[in-house]
Amino acid sequence: MGRVVLVTGVSRDLGRRFARQLAESPGVDRVIGVDVTPPRGDMGKVSFVRADIRNPVIAKVIVREHVDTVVHMSVIASTGGPGGRAALKELNVIGTMQLLAACQQAPDLEHLVIKSSTAVYGASHRDPAMFTEGMNATRTPTSGYSKQVAEVEGYVRGFARRRPDVRVTTLRMASIVGPVITTPMTTYFKLPVIPTVIGFNPRMQFLHEHDALGSLEHATLNDVPGTFNIAGDGIIMMSQAVRRIGRPGLPMPAFAVSTIGSTMRQARMADFSREQVAYLTYGRGVDTTLMRTRFGYEPRFTTAEAFADFGASITPGVIGVDRVRHAEEIIAGALGGSRG
Amino acid sequence: MADADIIPIGTRGRPGRGSGSQKPSASARNLAGAAKKSTPRKPAKSAEPEPAKKTAEKTAGKPVDERVEPTGPEIPEAASETASGAPAVEIPVAAQAKPAESHAEQFVHAAAEVASHAAARTSRLLRAPTRTDHRHPTAGIPAIDWLAAFTSASKEIFGENWEPRLAEFLAFLRRRVTGDYVVDEYGLDREIAHHFMLAALRPIAEKWFRVEERGIENIPTDGGALVVSNHSGTVPVDGLMTALSIHDKTGRYLRPLGADLVFKLPIVSELARKGGATLACSEDAERMLAGGELVGVWPEGFKGIGKPYSERYKLQRFGRGGFVSSAMRAGVPIIPTSVVGAEEIYPLVGNIPSLARLLGVPYIPITPLFPWLGPLGLFPLPSKWLIEFGEPIRTDDYDEGSADDPMLVFNVTDQVRETIQQTLYSLLMQRKSVFS
Repeated sequence: MGRVVLVTGVSRDLGRRFARQLAESPGVDRVIGVDVTPPRGDMGKVSFVRADIRNPVIAKVIVREHVDTVVHMSVIASTGGPGGRAALKELNVIGTMQLLAACQQAPDLEHLVIKSSTAVYGASHRDPAMFTEGMNATRTPTSGYSKQVAEVEGYVRGFARRRPDVRVTTLRMASIVGPVITTPMTTYFKLPVIPTVIGFNPRMQFLHEHDALGSLEHATLNDVPGTFNIAGDGIIMMSQAVRRIGRPGLPMPAFAVSTIGSTMRQARMADFSREQVAYLTYGRGVDTTLMRTRFGYEPRFTTAEAFADFGASITPGVIGVDRVRHAEEIIAGALGGSRG
Repeated sequence: MADADIIPIGTRGRPGRGSGSQKPSASARNLAGAAKKSTPRKPAKSAEPEPAKKTAEKTAGKPVDERVEPTGPEIPEAASETASGAPAVEIPVAAQAKPAESHAEQFVHAAAEVASHAAARTSRLLRAPTRTDHRHPTAGIPAIDWLAAFTSASKEIFGENWEPRLAEFLAFLRRRVTGDYVVDEYGLDREIAHHFMLAALRPIAEKWFRVEERGIENIPTDGGALVVSNHSGTVPVDGLMTALSIHDKTGRYLRPLGADLVFKLPIVSELARKGGATLACSEDAERMLAGGELVGVWPEGFKGIGKPYSERYKLQRFGRGGFVSSAMRAGVPIIPTSVVGAEEIYPLVGNIPSLARLLGVPYIPITPLFPWLGPLGLFPLPSKWLIEFGEPIRTDDYDEGSADDPMLVFNVTDQVRETIQQTLYSLLMQRKSVFS
């Protein structure tokens, strides 16, 4: 008998694609997708159950369907739709609590995979260059997504203590980018003019959506308990990222960036909250040694390649690579041709 | 000389040249002083494509096809000068127009033609008087001369072999503009560090401070090592000079460990990361050393650079000896380094602790020149610098777990501190005076 996997958060693009991908893999019997709103795209073989993870109904679903693996993908940075910060917190923290409570009562449960985020490390000027899994945030985040992720991970650790028979894998993923996915980072880089924090050039890491799905599948199908950082190799600086997609950066003080961020949130253009402004100021890097050695996953895209793939999917900005190359040829030709 | 060319004499009867026409000559007009202005050029030019398009829209009876738009700029310039001066143009155009798109295109051409005729007519009538901007020096330099000037300038800058070097420079600019360069995981940008930061420091080191290095052979050519140095000089110039000396003599980049304040300050933090610095914490130090980097640390920290001039060359407390534990864990040698000369560049004679606390900085320096002379006070005094790299202190033959033995760590810390202090004294003896 194959595995029965329950995937939360399938109304979002990443969750839906992961559920579909998992349903295709040979070791999996059934995939049950759960979310409050139905997914917009094709679900393939996945059976969708419309349920709220904040509701005890989810416990009944888990028990009745003999679910042995729960993949929790509902810890999200932005709702991407209606609902403010409070709703987001409700979904992330209370949702995880309820889901874990349901899991605790499930006799058939063997595996739990949590999609977490490197936002749990926060971002400050006292951060080490590369965070390893054993480190904590230099400053315990007091609000926002970072705090929610930290709380979620706390609940997950508590669950792991109470149910030692369940294998728990927590994947701390770097900012996911890719041609299809929409995250706060991709909306940020899709702005025609990119507001940056003046005088700072944060180091950033990205994870391609392909590798996000791949690592989640790897965690689901293999016996690799633990907490792992998942990110593409290498880092790129903010200035590099802005130049590579050929968009003009607009340096401004940090407070102005957060003001613009909240204005844009109201206009539904982009969403960058306070901790994201901290990230845009100080950046963050995570060490991925454990991802290769103990977790055993090799991402296909490096940070730079992931970003390039994302960049290729959007319309290039006014200072695109082709234009710069063209300008270079004109100048070189003009100066070279004038000789003699 | 039967078939010699007829050489025209005079102005071939153009009006206004004493040929009996009604208009005075150009020189005569100039003598008369400021004439009435002709239609301003700029606004007319920008407004020009609009009326033509508008009439097209009106007559076509539906939104103009996209294809019409590019024809706008094709209208000769002459039309632009008189677009407003020839309202009659629009009427025949409107009459001619047909609803079809291709006709719309044709008719814009027609409009252009009519307009240009009108322009020729009116320009003959309303000829602009010569103005002073016609005599502007740049007006007369043709493009080819500009090119020649640029060519000789690049020859001047890049030398005889300028063409490949110019191409290289352009490629470099392109790489920077498109972000096509590599930084390591701490943010070191070798291109910028090599071509700009170190290059800018080099003349200061050679001409102003006349830095002399000793014992450069003690810096290992490869593998991790920890350079431990004294810290002084109000502004951490000594770190920059040490890094430059090491880079110029061995080709290795010194990776400085900086205080968290460095990464809090705007611009400074960006430059520090680009220059290869990272935060002074055991995680980063051990990671860098394990990665085979040459790491620089100044254990005195702000106590060292912010100490008063009267305490010059007296080493302050060496922190908690964290650098020794890091070196022991990584098993890399410690190179005690002594810098003489940095103490005198900005002699710190005073401090405003209350203001410093208010601003959240460790100290507000008062030197004989700063802040009295304003920005001039930022000039460092030209002291003579000596940098000595001492013999490496090995840490790889200690037992496992000795990095957590506080007594051993204190002993090694003390040994490093004593070595640097003694070397400082001997270097001071060798230096004839502060400035030579």
